[in-house]
Amino acid sequence: MPTPIIQVTDVRKSYGRGQNRFDALKGVSFDIAEGESVAIIGKSGSGKSTLMHTLALLDAPTSGSIALEGVDTSTLAGRRLNRTRNRTFGFVFQQFFLTANASVLDNVVLPMKIAGVPHAERKRRGMAALEQLDLADKAKNKAVNLSGGQKQRAVIARALVNDPRIIFADEPTGNLDSSTGAVVEDILFDLNRENGITLIIVTHDEDLAARCDRRIVIRDGLLVEDSRPNGPGSADTTHGRHGAEGVAA
Amino acid sequence: MNAVDLVGSAVSNTFRAKTRTLLTILAIFVGAFTLTLTQGLGTGINAYIDDTVTAVGASDVMTVTKPSDSATTIGTSDDGPAEYDPDTIASGQPGPPGATVVSLSPDDLDTLEGIDGVLRVQATKSIAADYIEGADDTKYVAAIGGLVAGQTVQLTAGEQPDDGSDDLQVVIPVSYVEALGYDGDTDAVGGTVTLAVTDAVRTQHAVEAEIVGVAEESVASPTGASITPNSALTDELYDLQNAGLPDDQADRYAQASVWFADDATDADITALKDRLEDDGYSGVTVADQLGTLKTVIDGIVLVLNAFAIIALLAASFGIVNTLFMSVQERTREIGLMKAMGMGSGKVFGLFSLEAAFIGFLGSAIGAGLAILAGGAISSALSTTLLADLPGLTLIAFDPVSIAIVILVVMVIAFLAGTLPAARAAKADPVESLRYE
Repeated sequence: MPTPIIQVTDVRKSYGRGQNRFDALKGVSFDIAEGESVAIIGKSGSGKSTLMHTLALLDAPTSGSIALEGVDTSTLAGRRLNRTRNRTFGFVFQQFFLTANASVLDNVVLPMKIAGVPHAERKRRGMAALEQLDLADKAKNKAVNLSGGQKQRAVIARALVNDPRIIFADEPTGNLDSSTGAVVEDILFDLNRENGITLIIVTHDEDLAARCDRRIVIRDGLLVEDSRPNGPGSADTTHGRHGAEGVAA
Repeated sequence: MNAVDLVGSAVSNTFRAKTRTLLTILAIFVGAFTLTLTQGLGTGINAYIDDTVTAVGASDVMTVTKPSDSATTIGTSDDGPAEYDPDTIASGQPGPPGATVVSLSPDDLDTLEGIDGVLRVQATKSIAADYIEGADDTKYVAAIGGLVAGQTVQLTAGEQPDDGSDDLQVVIPVSYVEALGYDGDTDAVGGTVTLAVTDAVRTQHAVEAEIVGVAEESVASPTGASITPNSALTDELYDLQNAGLPDDQADRYAQASVWFADDATDADITALKDRLEDDGYSGVTVADQLGTLKTVIDGIVLVLNAFAIIALLAASFGIVNTLFMSVQERTREIGLMKAMGMGSGKVFGLFSLEAAFIGFLGSAIGAGLAILAGGAISSALSTTLLADLPGLTLIAFDPVSIAIVILVVMVIAFLAGTLPAARAAKADPVESLRYE
């Protein structure tokens, strides 16, 4: 079995201290193989967003480790950490986070601008990504003038543009009506299937979660279910390695 | 993000909240405008003084007098009456009214000649004219000044008095032109005036001389508002004035001009003054006489600059405020950029560059308009209030000081921007992305 792209080992995360201490994650472990599509499901306050932030290296776990392609991410810092995030991850957020008054193209090329890619190449790759999402004709429009579905497609183009290994999608269809939401879902799963990009979706939408290879359910900071309804081992409903222990804790 | 993109992003971010940016720029504009104008005032006046000193020429000459022991008559002396000195005469030098100096005799001139560093000595023949009379028959009081070789007067018409000529020539100040009955400066040139002196036995002598030029009146004119004769006329008047004096009384001079090496440094000149002082003389150069004026002007400009800097400090709080709002507004964007791997240093750079750019816009516009306004004010004043000082550009600008003003404002803006920029750089991406 090849090295999993992400290995999560007993990750705990707490905020505050003393009386105000709040444990968002209480010891979570699982592996994600390259090319998987994973849904992280949980109610609000369950710790699923905290889990995504730690997976995306936006937040360091209080204890436990996260390995990216076998490399312990706690050894990454400063410039290396930033570069790893820039090259490995793409982000799709519910609230889009597009710069309203900048053009669609400018929004899409932002990750490459941060990476220091030269202007001409930025434009070429940015246009290619927009082409892929049928937004090429909107490249010069201001982001604020796009419809919700177009905005989310622009966000996906932005997530794609740096050829990431993993796309993190936080409630990607949360702000869209069901038909445009379905289109956006199709795009994400196509990317997963055809480009082999690992897809990690944080959601509380069961229908969206059902389309993923694998579902990881978080409740009160613990992993309570890790199943593969559609994946190769769809029959088994294995819990996390430390799932039982976690429940006990 | 590379440097060019960083600057480009900072510049385009500046124009995102146009009204807010505009107001901040206006605040900086006021400070920069004032600073540029006051700077221009200093430059203009000092350049005028420098120009006049250069035009006067003879930077290698100093005027030497012999101060008397009973220096002035102002105030009471506890030492009782000063002892009579037959050589004491009224000084033509600037000083308190009634100041007297001891006259210089031919012996003194020899002593001066012997002092180290003195190349040449020429006694200044002071002439007290009774009146001057032109084409009109009215007689006017006139002061007679003298040029030393190398000095020039600034002319509005005609030529410099020719010391090599045997003709009796004179240059009159502009203010005498109409009084003497001429229609204009050029009309006066070629005219004839009569100068009168009284000799030692109270006989009045009149001498006719040709007007060869009309002189501007300027602060630094070597002769002030006085008639400037050429050597031939000076000698003529001097001889007439001293007619009847015993020989040992004739050669008495209030002051003398001393030449020194024209490449002498300030230190050399000071050393020469010290040596003169040791021998009981006092020497003053043209630059010395104007130095005080320059110091006063520099002082005034400094105070005005201080006000402008205060205005800029007030404006810098505007920058802090603007950028804090900007950081607040763009919290999510900052979070996103950090999530995408933008380093804190770059985020800091982005915001502080934005501040510097706002500073640049404000100062460039301020300096630009100040140049236009300064030009307009100068030309308006030069024909009205300052018409008596031809050649004075009240507010002048030199590129270096303008560049310095712009740089100073940019540095102030940059410093003001560091506070909000540091807040942006510290922002936690997770917190920022959660921010609603």
